[in-house]
Amino acid sequence: MVAETSPEIGGMGHSVKRKEDARFIRGRGNYVDDIVRPGMLYLDIVRSPYAHARIKSINSDAALEVEGVLAVITGETLKEFNLHWMPTLMSDTQMVLPVDKVMFAGQEVAAVVATSRYAAADGVEAVEVEYEPLPVVMDPFKALEPDAPVLRDDKEGKTDNHIFHWEVGDRDATDRAFEEADVTVSQDVYLPRIHVASIETCGCVAEFDSVTGQLTVWMTTQAPHAIRTVFALVAGHVGLSEEKIRIISPDIGGGFGGKVPVYPGYVIAVAAAVVTGHPVKWIEDRIENLQADSFARDYHMAAEIAADSDGTLKALRIKTLADHGYTDAACNPSQFPAGLFSICTGSYDFQNAFAEVDGVYTNKPPGGIAYRCSFRVTEAVHAIERLVDVLATEVGMDPADVRKKNFIPADAFPYQSVFDWEYDSGNYEGALNLAMETIGYDELRREQAEKRERGELMGIGISSFTEIVGAGPSRHFDILGLKMFDSCELRVHPTGKAVARFGTKSQGQGHETTYAQIIAQELGIPASDIAVEEGDTDTAPYGLGTYASRSTPTAGAAGAVAAGKVRDKARAIAAHLLEAEEVTEDDLEWEPGRFFVRSDPEKGVTIQEIALAAYTNHPQGMEAGLEAVSYYDPPNLTFPFGSYICVVDIDKGTGEVHVRRFVAVDDCGNIINPMIVEGQVHGGLTMGLAPALYEELSYDESGNPLSASFVDYLVPTAVETPAWETANTVTPSPHHPLGAKGIGESATVGAPPAIANAVVDALSHLGVRHIDIPITPDKVWSILRENGITE
Amino acid sequence: MIPGQFEYHAPSTLDEALALLAEHGSDARVLAGGQSLIPLMKLRLASPAVLVDLNGVDSLSGIEESDGQLRIGAMTRHSALERSELIASRYPLIADAAAVIADPLVRNRGTTGGSLAHADPAGDLGSVMTALGAEVGVAGPGGARTLSIDELLLGPFMTTLDEGEILTEVRVPQPEAGSGGAYEKLERKVGDFATAAVAVQITRANGSCSAAGIGLTAVGPTTIRASEAEDALTGSSLDDDALRAAADLAAAASDPAADLRGSEEYKRDMVRVLTLRALRRAVERAGG
Ligand SMILES: Cc1cc2nc3c(=O)[nH]c(=O)nc-3n(C[C@H](O)[C@H](O)[C@H](O)COP(=O)(O)OP(=O)(O)OC[C@H]3O[C@@H](n4cnc5c(N)ncnc54)[C@H](O)[C@@H]3O)c2cc1C
Repeated sequence: MVAETSPEIGGMGHSVKRKEDARFIRGRGNYVDDIVRPGMLYLDIVRSPYAHARIKSINSDAALEVEGVLAVITGETLKEFNLHWMPTLMSDTQMVLPVDKVMFAGQEVAAVVATSRYAAADGVEAVEVEYEPLPVVMDPFKALEPDAPVLRDDKEGKTDNHIFHWEVGDRDATDRAFEEADVTVSQDVYLPRIHVASIETCGCVAEFDSVTGQLTVWMTTQAPHAIRTVFALVAGHVGLSEEKIRIISPDIGGGFGGKVPVYPGYVIAVAAAVVTGHPVKWIEDRIENLQADSFARDYHMAAEIAADSDGTLKALRIKTLADHGYTDAACNPSQFPAGLFSICTGSYDFQNAFAEVDGVYTNKPPGGIAYRCSFRVTEAVHAIERLVDVLATEVGMDPADVRKKNFIPADAFPYQSVFDWEYDSGNYEGALNLAMETIGYDELRREQAEKRERGELMGIGISSFTEIVGAGPSRHFDILGLKMFDSCELRVHPTGKAVARFGTKSQGQGHETTYAQIIAQELGIPASDIAVEEGDTDTAPYGLGTYASRSTPTAGAAGAVAAGKVRDKARAIAAHLLEAEEVTEDDLEWEPGRFFVRSDPEKGVTIQEIALAAYTNHPQGMEAGLEAVSYYDPPNLTFPFGSYICVVDIDKGTGEVHVRRFVAVDDCGNIINPMIVEGQVHGGLTMGLAPALYEELSYDESGNPLSASFVDYLVPTAVETPAWETANTVTPSPHHPLGAKGIGESATVGAPPAIANAVVDALSHLGVRHIDIPITPDKVWSILRENGITE
Repeated sequence: MIPGQFEYHAPSTLDEALALLAEHGSDARVLAGGQSLIPLMKLRLASPAVLVDLNGVDSLSGIEESDGQLRIGAMTRHSALERSELIASRYPLIADAAAVIADPLVRNRGTTGGSLAHADPAGDLGSVMTALGAEVGVAGPGGARTLSIDELLLGPFMTTLDEGEILTEVRVPQPEAGSGGAYEKLERKVGDFATAAVAVQITRANGSCSAAGIGLTAVGPTTIRASEAEDALTGSSLDDDALRAAADLAAAASDPAADLRGSEEYKRDMVRVLTLRALRRAVERAGG
């Protein structure tokens, strides 16, 4: 159990108001676009109107005539420095600027550097590029056909569009289980291409001092340290050296995985800063962001379940085609080309399972990032949660009953899954029961039956998901070889205040508050007295950054461990200060903020007194100061979970789906700040509603993006968003120092299948078994009219 | 998303504005709320060399009833229509529509005149004014003239306004007793242009329909008047069969194109559903 702290200290469990909000709500945040440097130039990018074309020529003459335009940078310029290609985090290659051909509509073709943002845009307009269109491959299934054009002909010996094959599990045993099963169901499930669409687009300001060789880049990145190392490795040959590279990630307006990759724009801006000798700012606009920055999902899954006729799950088999666009620019840990997709057995006790994923090249933008989810977990959860419903219908059981029958029981944790994950802790039935009670499940089923009699369409959908977050243990997890630990450097000042620096980077998650609370919990220093800093590679300790709900499991744990080390030293100082009482360290007890003498609790010293002594009166033979560092290598991942229940009503006339109620029960272990957790769940649910009913990146056959602005990329607003009803169960993680698990992504992962299941449930009496998301009104209308239902 | 260069003028009277337009000829464009023109300029789909901003011409804004007409100045913002008590009490069709044009930010800037002059087939006010049988006042080098809404709206983003002309006001006939109207818009999310929308205005006299106007939004290359549906309703008893028959005719009059909002069939059926819903509400509002 975690010790209680007073509201003044504000440790674990207190809904401390977010420290960062004071500056955000007053418009005093400091984002990359707020950075202005003396003599700064502006960069704008010429982009391809074709999805696949050879570049015959690029003529910059007219652009260079535009007043204020100083330079036009092309692939040929970069080729001189061998910087026209760069590696992706998945060890594939990506063009910075092309010298030969373009591979998707919206790809960077050339860059214009000018003295103002307006002149740069005028310059872009004036660059003349001659293209020779090439055959376009948009469909990943067609991309694998033998006669498909080979897109990556830059790769020597490449004869097809296949990127990788990955599989897990025992294929033969699974096949046998399917052959022997009473019942099997199968369903193709497509998770569409979507975009994180964070409010702040991507950009940077790059500044290079040609005298000292110092490069400073203010950048919209979730992982500043990793970026620094990548820059040093990729551009070492042109003289960049890691001790002279400083990456600063200031306030970030939403990341969601979209700010993990290195985008060509960053590299071009750095090159432009080096070439011109001036600081260069590049900020993409919304259309650029939507059409060129990393997409998420785009998984074509063929999923099957084998079961007994009483609904007992026997085996799971999933075959997936992953459309990666023209290069594999996902950001998975190196050993996991399909991320943590093998969490697809979900909350259920499967004895047999087999999953395989094939990555494919097409003429679409690159990516495959984890959009607010821990590496392909959303895909996995959608497949299993949809399939369980398909099975429930097949065997004539209530979807809640099928789930309860097959949940991994609460007493089976730690649980070894058939795909070899060790689920740390869980109580799945507890969460589902709470969700069912809260929403009044049985009453809703009765209402549904009555409505069906009257011809009204109402549906109830459940999703009982298991997440896998907090990557990750160094024995399995690295990115480009960098192990996925994270870090905290904690320093207590003489006046008892502290500064804590972390290797992660908040993009809205509230780290300045939660990390301070973690340290407050462990040291008893009020959270309000603890400054939290992240994002500057010159000051913060090395870490792999914030994504995949890893900050609390890794850096948060590092904070707790560092605070523990500080407390150990504080105990020694306390004993020294209480010398007159003739006590030793062993006679001292800790309560948050104070050591006291066990036999005489009135006698004690506060952490503030100890801090002062650490600098003014430390014991002889001990080093002065009060600080500690922790690089935390998590022993395991954490497995947050939850049960969501959604109620929808369908408009028979228009096909519109109205989410009437949505109850979300989450379990993220011990809770650091309940208000922040609730906020994360609200945001996550809304980002789950979005792809379920609204968002999709779509393209025409020629590869033109059809939803490259907010006119057609339908981000839901407060009007579309239902009033979320949230609740929690608490099942602590046994291996995290604070018993916490991570909450940033559960809702994004868990919400879409709950909504899809509710819509399918509303139509199940018509024989409907599945609808791919986004479930748009016209899709529903088609189903209704096919079944003769109309207004 | 950065516009090209342009010259900017901000006249404070209609005459000055007309003079500037005359001076710059086809290089010049009028700027009203800028909610259509500025996005086009930022995308460089429009690059007018000269902008004549009407926002300082106060005489072009206002909502009033006189001479048997409701007069809406061209520069009247959508939000002013939305908040007007006069409109709320006597022109429910306009009130319905004003509340669902785009979002509050756009409504605070966008204008009635800009919306009609832009002639976007997805513009909500085009079908509203069609159903209401409105006319527009126009000022230009050749003096003032009046056009019916059907005469004004020529095609996709095309009107019969001549170079140098400014649309000055919209005039809507005052509703007779027994009138009612309603607007039904289907949108994918708030702030979206319509997937389909239907404006209806009916008048009931002595138990039967004495006049009907039906305008369709976003289901053809231009705003569509569903004349056959109007004719069928006129003289009918406005019972549910009559409304359904009119809804079918309205759907038949639509000419939608497939896009991300849906197929042709879907949109045509939405015209039917929305017409029926709008008519039912209009009849209810007409009373008796
Ligand atoms: C995000 C967004 C969503 C929108 N959604 C909707 C919607 O759902 N429904 C809808 O109806 N509209 C919608 N609009 C358009 C909005 O209503 C515009 O305000 C309207 O179409 C144009 O009006 P404006 O005053 O902004 O005109 P402007 O953009 O200033 O001008 C448009 C055109 O009309 C010309 N013009 C303007 N005023 C006059 C005049 N008095 N005489 C002659 N020519 C003139 C201009 O020269 C220009 O060519 C949306 C706009 C945005 C940005």
